[in-house]
Amino acid sequence: MINSLQHLGAYTRNSFSKVGRGTGFLLQTLSYLFSVIARPRLLMAQLYSVGVLSFLIITISGLFVGMVLALQGYYTLSAFGAEASLGVMVAASLVRELGPVVSALLFAGRAGSALTAEIGLMKATEQLSGMEMMAIDPFKRIIAPRFLAGCISMPLLAALFSAIGTLGGYLVGSGLLGLDDGAYWSQMQAKIDFQDDIINGVIKSAVFGFVITWIALFEGYDSIPTSEGVSRSTTRTVVNSAFSILGLDFILTALMFGDH
Amino acid sequence: MQPSRNQDTLVGLFVAAGIAGLFFLSLKVSNLSAFSQDESYTITARFENTGGLKVRSAVSAAGVKVGQVSDIYFDSKTYQAVVTMHINQQYNTLPDDTTASIFTSGLLGEQYVNLEPGGSDSYLTDNGKIDITQPAIILEKAIGQFLFKAAEEKGEAKE
Repeated sequence: MINSLQHLGAYTRNSFSKVGRGTGFLLQTLSYLFSVIARPRLLMAQLYSVGVLSFLIITISGLFVGMVLALQGYYTLSAFGAEASLGVMVAASLVRELGPVVSALLFAGRAGSALTAEIGLMKATEQLSGMEMMAIDPFKRIIAPRFLAGCISMPLLAALFSAIGTLGGYLVGSGLLGLDDGAYWSQMQAKIDFQDDIINGVIKSAVFGFVITWIALFEGYDSIPTSEGVSRSTTRTVVNSAFSILGLDFILTALMFGDH
Repeated sequence: MQPSRNQDTLVGLFVAAGIAGLFFLSLKVSNLSAFSQDESYTITARFENTGGLKVRSAVSAAGVKVGQVSDIYFDSKTYQAVVTMHINQQYNTLPDDTTASIFTSGLLGEQYVNLEPGGSDSYLTDNGKIDITQPAIILEKAIGQFLFKAAEEKGEAKE
């Protein structure tokens, strides 16, 4: 009895202290963001490993998601004789939901896990402490550039995902299913609103980018410096990022599209 | 520093592709291009029923889009809906006896205001009013009337 109470107490205390450490970590990272601008070369290298290396998986997934949406949407819409609305359906689902969410999930798997493993290993091999010994602040040199790169890359990747997806939907719609391509684009343009849909989608992806990079960097920085600890942190990054993305997506959707 | 320069090129390509994607979404997918705030003038029309007309619905004449609905409100004195429309300045030769009706594009499409020019010599100006209007056709009402009529005819045939 006492034992289980003790367990519960320790669990609660650990959770709270982790939230506290996470917040402190974020604040410290944010305070160094401006010094990143003074050293653009560090940012460039991180934009390469976080953004450019995620480019292929995002574009290919976007293409196939758009194509599948068009195929599935066509079978449902043709039952109502509304095939002309295919473009609206594909674009609305991509721009509002699938673009930000799926690319964020892929980003967490591709870039988030890599960030955690990298930082975790740096900690395990005492490179971070080594830097501190040389009076180099690891936050300034390691964490902040990665954080900024993640926040910049994510909205760009999500926009690419949606754009390639609508093109994929167009390829299937007009190439495979023989739909009128004028109707595909014009109905889309009539129904998709710049402010309500595109901007909100970009805001969503920016929020996801912020949260994923935060989780990934913090899990790496906070990992137990052993090979097992790093592997656990990497798993936690992917799992926690997925939870946060889906939960936040619900909240953001309710806030953005709730009053229509 | 050769590898670093290659990296820079790739990062540049990536950022350019991302921004191009955003531009594509804004211009090709959304209504931003049709949203340009060109020179326009405002006219109002009163309808008995606007059906499913919404703000930003199209206003067209002879099937061509000439403007968009900017405001719809209910006038509690006359019990009519007042629809305010922005018409592009280039179409400033609409006669003042133009008829405005609310149509549906296709059976399930969205509703729009159709302007049918009359024969008057004077034109609608800014803040002008359209006097002749035709309310939206409510499909349920039309079907109801049709069924009622059919039943009536059947009853007459029996007698």
